[in-house]
Amino acid sequence: MKYLSLVLAAGFLMAALPAQAEMSDDDVFAALFVNRLEYRVQPGGDMAVAEGQLRIGNDEHKLVGKADIDYLISSGRYEKAEFQLRYQRMVSDFFDLHIGVRQDLKPSPNRTYAVIGASGLAPQWFEIDASAFVSEKGDLSLRLDADYDILITQRLVLQPALTLDAALSDDRDTDIAAGLTSLETGLRLRYEIEREFAPYIGVNWERKLGATSSLVRTSGEDPDILSFVAGVRLMF
Amino acid sequence: MHRRITGLTALLVALPLTAAWAGTYDLTIGKTQTDVTGKPKTVLTINGTVPGPTLHFKEGEEVTINVTNTLDVDTSLHWHGLVLPYRQDGVPGISFDGIEPGETFTYRFPIRQSGTYWFHSHTGFQEQEGMYGSIVIDPKTPENFSYDRDYVVVLSDMHNDSGQTILHNLKKSSDYYNRDQRTVGDFLSDIRQDGLGATLRDRADWGDMRMMPTDIADVSGYTLLINGRNADQNWTGLFKPGERIRLRFINASAMTYFDVRIPGLKMQVVQADGNEVDPVAVDAFRIAVAETYDVIVEPKDKRAYTVFAEAMSRSGYARATLAPRKGMEAAIPPMSPRPQLTMADMGMAHRGMDHDAMGRVMDSDAMAHDGQPGAMQPKAGMDHAAMGHAMPGHDMPDTDKPSDPFYAPGSGLTPKAPNGGKFLSYDDLKAARPLYEDRPSTREIELRLTGNMERYFWSINGVKYSDAKPIRLRYGERVRFKFVNETMMTHPMHLHGMWSILDTGKGRWDPIKHVVSIAPGKTVYTETEVDAPGEWAFHCHLMYHMGTGMFRKIIVEGGPSQQAALRTKENEE
Repeated sequence: MKYLSLVLAAGFLMAALPAQAEMSDDDVFAALFVNRLEYRVQPGGDMAVAEGQLRIGNDEHKLVGKADIDYLISSGRYEKAEFQLRYQRMVSDFFDLHIGVRQDLKPSPNRTYAVIGASGLAPQWFEIDASAFVSEKGDLSLRLDADYDILITQRLVLQPALTLDAALSDDRDTDIAAGLTSLETGLRLRYEIEREFAPYIGVNWERKLGATSSLVRTSGEDPDILSFVAGVRLMF
Repeated sequence: MHRRITGLTALLVALPLTAAWAGTYDLTIGKTQTDVTGKPKTVLTINGTVPGPTLHFKEGEEVTINVTNTLDVDTSLHWHGLVLPYRQDGVPGISFDGIEPGETFTYRFPIRQSGTYWFHSHTGFQEQEGMYGSIVIDPKTPENFSYDRDYVVVLSDMHNDSGQTILHNLKKSSDYYNRDQRTVGDFLSDIRQDGLGATLRDRADWGDMRMMPTDIADVSGYTLLINGRNADQNWTGLFKPGERIRLRFINASAMTYFDVRIPGLKMQVVQADGNEVDPVAVDAFRIAVAETYDVIVEPKDKRAYTVFAEAMSRSGYARATLAPRKGMEAAIPPMSPRPQLTMADMGMAHRGMDHDAMGRVMDSDAMAHDGQPGAMQPKAGMDHAAMGHAMPGHDMPDTDKPSDPFYAPGSGLTPKAPNGGKFLSYDDLKAARPLYEDRPSTREIELRLTGNMERYFWSINGVKYSDAKPIRLRYGERVRFKFVNETMMTHPMHLHGMWSILDTGKGRWDPIKHVVSIAPGKTVYTETEVDAPGEWAFHCHLMYHMGTGMFRKIIVEGGPSQQAALRTKENEE
């Protein structure tokens, strides 16, 4: 499944890139967005977080690599290391559909998922990324990412963000129980020195939900973590 | 640059009784360093300068222009607004292959018109890097106006970011250059002014469309220039009080529309896009990218006057001075308020959206324009049945404002002269010397101006250039183009090789142009006598609209093809 998706994605991308000599209206662009590169002060040990994506493609077709990494500094271990490789195709003015693979190197045990979903800019300026995942064990889960920019000034921007996870079946090995599994919300205040470089501070609150909450607690972890964050948003 | 008369060429082109001029012009494309934007920057030059030289031609002259490329990339020169054989038009990929590094390419064509024009690179983003110059063509028969002095006024914009960087930034984030977005502060002041309900409704309407009323220009950060000088460097034209001065305004910008005025002076507009119009006295005019306007001013006093050209988005201004002697300056006026788009400007843009209140409201042509008979009315049975219902409670046309039929009623972009005086409208332009008999058009071609602001690409009828088939016209027909602007940006549409007769309802006296600017939410008609065989470019002249797909190839089939073939052969030899 994993390799098939990769090949498909690459194939779509290659097909989408004809050369047009005199015009740049079908050019391929690459851009790296590091949405979060931050230090989290939180009970139970501070954490470093990196989250971003690399996009390569033209207006209609893109290959997107995503990474989301949580590193516990005090204990020197990765709590989360999640990677996705997607083929994204424009389906409307504001939305792309995507298919791809997701590989979680952490938490253990590793999981590989097939991904399908949509992303884009919803009415009222909400940036949305909604995905469905099927793990190699056949477990289906869902995720919604949303954020919103509130311009206090042209450069000072307050960004509320939300990630909601749900599972349709239990995956006991990874402490997942069917139902809503976790909610992560944050509020970050950034200052855009340049569009490419914006330091920020904020708060982040991560809470496991439902039966997942009890599973996590049983494993000796805190199902409810409030952290203060400082970091930088980058764009290349 | 040198000029000489070669008897042989003169003999070849001249009909027995007319003596033709033949001039040879040498242009060299190179590079130089400048700090005109405030930072060191490498710019492209024509004969060493930005802008390049003014080419003085004579109507009836047979010109030979040798263009030498000393760059390490391909280049080209396009003669903007000139009617010429298509192989001489200078568009790489359509008229020829471009000019390679080290190559000298020779253009040869007859000059069959007079007035003010310009030339620029049609390769990549070279124009924005400084590759433009002016063309002044003396008429065979005297013009209907007189003047004592003659200045070319080239308006342009220069950016610290390269064209490729700008495009990349827009693709990454389409609001990259918009630092005029609405903030929490604007929200609060709008609540104070309009009340909470109205403000929330307004934000909801714009948010529904995911568009911004402050989005007047896609790119900010340009340094605005007049004749290559920034506002501090203050290009100055001298005069003696009482003289009549002809100012030939050319907008050679990549992306900037200018609103131009000279506080203290009325301007008599005498030419538009090189063609004479019945003189109109105005206090200000808006010049779209790639247009030209010739105006006459008559300063009576022995004092300096500021030529003030502010960007339509009010991101900055260019300034020059007319003065009795060097070093004199006049006050620089404050910029006028920044326009904000209204729902009227969004007009037809979002027909598919559930915006019941808007519906098809804004086919603004249908709105009555009392006192402007025939303005914009299609001539023959066009669909203007779509008489809109005005949008309740939303930015209704303000009846106190003088309305310009070339802007949607209630548009936030409708220009107003700061002194309350006369602002030029397309509706004021009346051809003084029509080039063609008026006759019914043979067919209509609808061109919807479309695009995707969020992803930043632009198109015609929803299709980008690289995916589009050429538009095929037949030699000898008269085509009526219906431009429907479905976007929130203003598009200066430029047809190469043939004139665009702008329908202002004046029939034979409709003005003759090479660029027609179409405001948001507007439908505008032009007619073209298809009298030039070959392949031509047709595009929005905003650099990043053209570059991302708002472009078509036009193929004119039939006609004196043998003649065209002969000329082609001759030029390739």
